[in-house]
Amino acid sequence: MSKSPNSPKPRTVEFRGGGFAPVPYRWIGLLVFVVLIAIAEIGTRTGVISALTMPRPSDVFETFRQLYVTGLLWKHLIPSLTRLVIGATLGITVGIWVGIMIGLFSYVRAGLVPLVAAIFPIPKIALLPLFVIWFGIDEGSKYALIAFGTFTPTVVATYGAVDNVDRTLIRMGQSFGLSWTSIVRKIVLPGAMAGILSGLRISMAIAIILLVAAEMLGAEYGIGAYILEAGSLYDLERLFAGVVILSVLGVIVSAVISAIERKLLGWRV
Amino acid sequence: MDILLSKISHSYDNLEVLRDVTLDIPSGKIVCIVGPSGCGKSTLLRLIGGLERPNSGEVLQIGQPPESSLNPLTYVFQDFALLPWRTVQGNISLVLEDHGIRGAKAQTIIDDVLARTKLTDFSQALPKQLSGGMKQRVAIARALAVNPAVMLMDEPLSALDSQTRELLIDDLIALWSKTPFTAVYVTHNLAEAVRLGHSIVVLSRRPGQIRETVTIDKPLGERRYADPDLEVQQQRLWNLMREEAIAADAELLNV
Repeated sequence: MSKSPNSPKPRTVEFRGGGFAPVPYRWIGLLVFVVLIAIAEIGTRTGVISALTMPRPSDVFETFRQLYVTGLLWKHLIPSLTRLVIGATLGITVGIWVGIMIGLFSYVRAGLVPLVAAIFPIPKIALLPLFVIWFGIDEGSKYALIAFGTFTPTVVATYGAVDNVDRTLIRMGQSFGLSWTSIVRKIVLPGAMAGILSGLRISMAIAIILLVAAEMLGAEYGIGAYILEAGSLYDLERLFAGVVILSVLGVIVSAVISAIERKLLGWRV
Repeated sequence: MDILLSKISHSYDNLEVLRDVTLDIPSGKIVCIVGPSGCGKSTLLRLIGGLERPNSGEVLQIGQPPESSLNPLTYVFQDFALLPWRTVQGNISLVLEDHGIRGAKAQTIIDDVLARTKLTDFSQALPKQLSGGMKQRVAIARALAVNPAVMLMDEPLSALDSQTRELLIDDLIALWSKTPFTAVYVTHNLAEAVRLGHSIVVLSRRPGQIRETVTIDKPLGERRYADPDLEVQQQRLWNLMREEAIAADAELLNV
């Protein structure tokens, strides 16, 4: 303390900034997985976690290996992937197209936005019986279900993205006498791409959920059928092996979309 | 090609922004339009370039634009309006592609306008990598690429800091001295107006009417920063505008 109360001791100004800025730490995500799996493994081995409540991760891995060795993995995975790719491609293509039309034409917007809002909250799986009548009991109804499920979120994301394209850029295009198609192709579409791709993430997650649901309701082969069969026999190892496949599928889809984003949206960073 | 505005009046819903504006824009000259905020300067520019239709009156072209002009009425915007996903070169080729100019022919034009705006080394840069002044030079290069008969410049330097602004004024004067172009230059900055304008049109507050047209005879090339002759003109313009600006400011608060 200084001698006079009129000259107080100088002190450092307290730091109160920082934070609120995400920094990428790649390995932490992996570490969380490793720790959780290790806890499950140790818990089941020591008997702290009973074998009835949780399968041993090493057993799940062994089941998975068996799946691979016997060739059953591909027998289930290939039909599932085919359904996912065809259904999602259909739904997303039509969805992006309709979304752009809504974004560009006021009449289409006035006509279709309420319709989309009406079908968005319908749990699409509830319509499966209808699709079975319309498109047949086998693949057709599954494609339709996935396509329909990805369609609505894609439409909503796309027209929102088109609405958010910077109008001054469109005015610029008009002022240089660019044709309507050029403006859409070179200004509106690239400008909306970020929003369309983030919509795609949601659509693809929904597609995977619907894929499994459709396969559970009626399919001989497919990951959904495999999980359902394992579940009804209370074969937890196989159940988990199936679930792991789905998780990996989700991670791969997300990584693919990230790669597309890096390629198409490199100008943003 | 000259542009003639004949008795232009315009309003948005019930808000009258322009009243009875008649103005001649002679070929090869820069006409500056100044006025208090909200006086309809930018609206007037959008009317001249056909981005909006006036409620009454006409915008007339007198004479044919030169054959080589791809886009006779070309804008330079305040916020640059560059496509962030295209490089400098890509942004310029954007406005050529629709005229069927591609490949080597486009490259010749692009190289020429980049050289004129001193951007040759930056042809592959993305807009986000450029400073504000360089972005505006890209926008000017893009405008030059279509060989406009009339350049419509909407506060092109208002988003820049004052040093960059000085540099760009010099660039614009150099460009004009080499090949005189016709321009309508909207600004709220009187210093820019007296540096660049052959004539300066002062608009009143809303509804914008022409209060006075000031002609500056001193050649562009001889005008300098803090030029005493120009200071006198600037002072005169400010005296004209001062009352209007105060009134316009108070008016906005009452809206």
